[in-house]
Amino acid sequence: MRVGLFITCFNDTLFPETGVATVRLLERLGHEVDFPAEQTCCGQMHFNTGYQREAIPLVRRFVQVFGDYEAVVAPSGSCVGMVRELYPMAAKLAGDDRLAKEVEDLAPRVFELSEFLVKKLGVTDVGAYYPHRVTYHPTCHSLRMVKVGDAPLELLRAVRGMELVELPEAEECCGFGGTFAVKNADTSAAMLSDKIRHALDTEAEVVTAGDNSCLMHIGGGLTRGRTGVETVHLAQILANEATEGGR
Amino acid sequence: MTTKAPDAFSGGASKTPTFEESAKASLSDAQLRRNLGKATQTIREKRKVAVEELPDWEKLREAGRALKTRVMRHLDEYLLQLEESVTRAGGKVHWARDAEEANRIIAGIAKSHDAEEVVKVKSIATDETKLNEHLESEGIRAIETDLAELIIQLAGETSSHILVPAIHKNRAEIRELFLRELDVKDLSDDPAALTEAARRHLREKFLKAKVGISGANFAVAETGTVCVVESEGNGRMCTTVPPVLVTLMGVEKVIPAWQDFEVFMQLLPRSSTAERMNPYTSFWTGTSEDDGPQEFHLVLLDNGRTDVLDDEIGRQSLNCIRCSACLNVCPVYERTGGHAYNSVYPGPIGAILTPQLVGIGKPGPDSLPYASSLCGACYEVCPVKINIPEVLIHLRGKVIRHKQDGDGLRSKLDPENVAMQAMAKTFSDIRLYEASQKLARIGQWPLARSGAIHRLPGRLSGWTSVRDLKPVPEQSFREWWKSNREKS
Amino acid sequence: MVEVEPGEELVATAKEEILWRIRRATRDVPKDERPESIHVERGYRKEGDSQREEIVERFADNVAEYQATVHIVGEDELPEAIAAACKKRGVERLVIPPALPEAWRPEGLELLRDAARPNLTNEELDGSDGVLTGCALGIAQTGTIVLDAGPTQGRRALTLLPDYHLCVVREEQIVDLVPEAFAKLAETVREEGRAVTFISGPSATSDIELNRVEGVHGPRTLEVLVVREAGASDS
Repeated sequence: MRVGLFITCFNDTLFPETGVATVRLLERLGHEVDFPAEQTCCGQMHFNTGYQREAIPLVRRFVQVFGDYEAVVAPSGSCVGMVRELYPMAAKLAGDDRLAKEVEDLAPRVFELSEFLVKKLGVTDVGAYYPHRVTYHPTCHSLRMVKVGDAPLELLRAVRGMELVELPEAEECCGFGGTFAVKNADTSAAMLSDKIRHALDTEAEVVTAGDNSCLMHIGGGLTRGRTGVETVHLAQILANEATEGGR
Repeated sequence: MTTKAPDAFSGGASKTPTFEESAKASLSDAQLRRNLGKATQTIREKRKVAVEELPDWEKLREAGRALKTRVMRHLDEYLLQLEESVTRAGGKVHWARDAEEANRIIAGIAKSHDAEEVVKVKSIATDETKLNEHLESEGIRAIETDLAELIIQLAGETSSHILVPAIHKNRAEIRELFLRELDVKDLSDDPAALTEAARRHLREKFLKAKVGISGANFAVAETGTVCVVESEGNGRMCTTVPPVLVTLMGVEKVIPAWQDFEVFMQLLPRSSTAERMNPYTSFWTGTSEDDGPQEFHLVLLDNGRTDVLDDEIGRQSLNCIRCSACLNVCPVYERTGGHAYNSVYPGPIGAILTPQLVGIGKPGPDSLPYASSLCGACYEVCPVKINIPEVLIHLRGKVIRHKQDGDGLRSKLDPENVAMQAMAKTFSDIRLYEASQKLARIGQWPLARSGAIHRLPGRLSGWTSVRDLKPVPEQSFREWWKSNREKS
Repeated sequence: MVEVEPGEELVATAKEEILWRIRRATRDVPKDERPESIHVERGYRKEGDSQREEIVERFADNVAEYQATVHIVGEDELPEAIAAACKKRGVERLVIPPALPEAWRPEGLELLRDAARPNLTNEELDGSDGVLTGCALGIAQTGTIVLDAGPTQGRRALTLLPDYHLCVVREEQIVDLVPEAFAKLAETVREEGRAVTFISGPSATSDIELNRVEGVHGPRTLEVLVVREAGASDS
């Protein structure tokens, strides 16, 4: 299949290694990956902070850039959630019926990485090797908006050499919430402290998730506390193979 | 902890603190964090058990949502039908546009019966209108008869939870309070003893009162039946013993037909107290000869509800049946407590109802839609399927648009607005976007030390106050793609 | 048509204004849409499919779970069971509704029979040791007793002010699921507008540190006698 990679502005700038891993993984599974360079941002940050009029041009841009792809894949539950669940609201706000139709047409073809692998491609064993003790945090958008279900766990369970431990209170929000992390920093920190406590309780070396936004937040807390626990995106674990040099 | 700041529904609403300001204090209250954390976790687990017992729970939720949607779309027709039914059954219906009007009507009824004291069942609507204060100013004492409401009334505080208003108080504090305010000599802090003290104190009040005041969980248009759902029996007391009963009800509480109780009386108990059924539910229709009050008044309250109705996306907020399930699963509420919302409606539902009821444009209520990480746990448990995250985002849009369109130059210069405008521009132009990526890499140089950024300036300092930030990598993804994959 | 004198203002009543606001707020709703056009999918269970035996047992179990005392007795054992319960409780003054069956009246204690004009006063009710009634329905699914102010129950105050409520529930009065109960009550409410009370356990509160504490304002002790048709009992 020819897959359009929706890297997300976040990963493009701050976590390129996640994008690289996603590309390598999909190619290893025999698919052709295309990266339309005109993409920038899905508009989630603006839209969710209330700057919705400003997000509308970004919605249009996204639809234009990705409109022709059979499948669009992003290593990000929150960005996919934005496209599938909130683009209709944006089109309505714009009062643009044609945009609404284009959105309706495109949304079912936009996938988060783990749901693409498991539900669309029917693959759970991607040939990965990752010899570490890992715990998985289900991000709220992937869990409740995109509804990836068990897909990430099914993929992780098939990773060779990995010890997967369950995160206590896994489904509780980590406290990132986009600009919430800055605008309500104290509450965000209170939520983070519980998430970190649960992660440390698992004695995992690595915390993984399908969203680098949450991982940046959790990782930021783990490094601030000098815990020695790392955060690694799900795509990077799945892309890892048994070679010298590990990660 | 006494809340002295004006709340969203008081005259000083524009001086209400923002959520962030209020949360700061409550987050560091260890007693509150402990009480609330334990309480919400307990009830979360209980709710799960109660709900999982029903194989048709999702079908009930869908029916509840559909019924409420039907009501909101035809609210005028249902209210007229309700008025007719109640009147036919011997009750009297009053309409109140706002809090002042409702308070005046109720005080008028009490005065016409020379009531110096009235007994009240818990009613958030009466907290919203500040009925007690108004009655006080008219020389009428309103006695709160719910145990928790009694506790906070005696303590001079405000409620911090829709269902368990005194959740922030422990037994020792309550014992002190009762010793001070009630006519008791000796009292242990055993909950049973505390309850007995309250019972004796209040029984005398129930038997003497000329007027009882209640809210309503539901009112049936078809039959004129009004319903109060409770645990302690004070609801039955207030709606049965005094000769005159006045019920204040938000207009959105009307349901179409008697049959519809089969849905709501399954959704509500399991969602609120996590029981199969709450101890007492009273259903009365007008007045009954020789049974209960001989005079019944139903006061229908607008007070901003028609404004909520006017917003096609926000309208679903009126579906709320006040179960508080959303409060109990909210990771924000669990840590900040209800007072941080500065409203009689706290938690997720409060974050969407409050700004809609009082109107956009006041800093305190305007901050409420942002008191959420948009995790969506509330939507999962709402028995009437209110899409709270959707309404939160929608209201954030209204807040920003109101600021931008209203404030002129001042809003244009707002740092957040400036940054957002700049970023929107950047994202709209690929060359600007790629240039800004490079700029970020260069610009972080003074901030990045030993592989991490420990301090960000200005508004962004909120991030680094509790987290590190990894620096912007040397090569962006698109640069990697260009070098490694792009077909020339 | 409202007529306005010159110099007068046309002032809307609160009702008119609220209705006007509602209509304006819902102008997006098509004018010809009827409420019934909004379909309500009633896919939930309307009736249970349990056996009678199961229903009675579930009712008794669920009522008992609320800390109420439950006994299952045969029809012929009922008067004795009532007398025994009152004796055990130490009831000396028992409130009874006007049309309580003669056979139910226990002997050896003072019966305070509520009768229209004069009714028992609140003080008399408060000073009594308990009340004995029948009921309208029982709901097995939730362990609920339903009162509808019918002849064997009397007016609401009777089951509210005394501290002990002894309630007789006949087996055939128990329905399985909640929707069945509301269906059975519909006619009474629509035709007569009688007050209905659902009782699920004695009064309780969880307001002090979320500990469920029995007994605030209603009867703090609830005792239920379930009457089986053909003499079976739980002894």
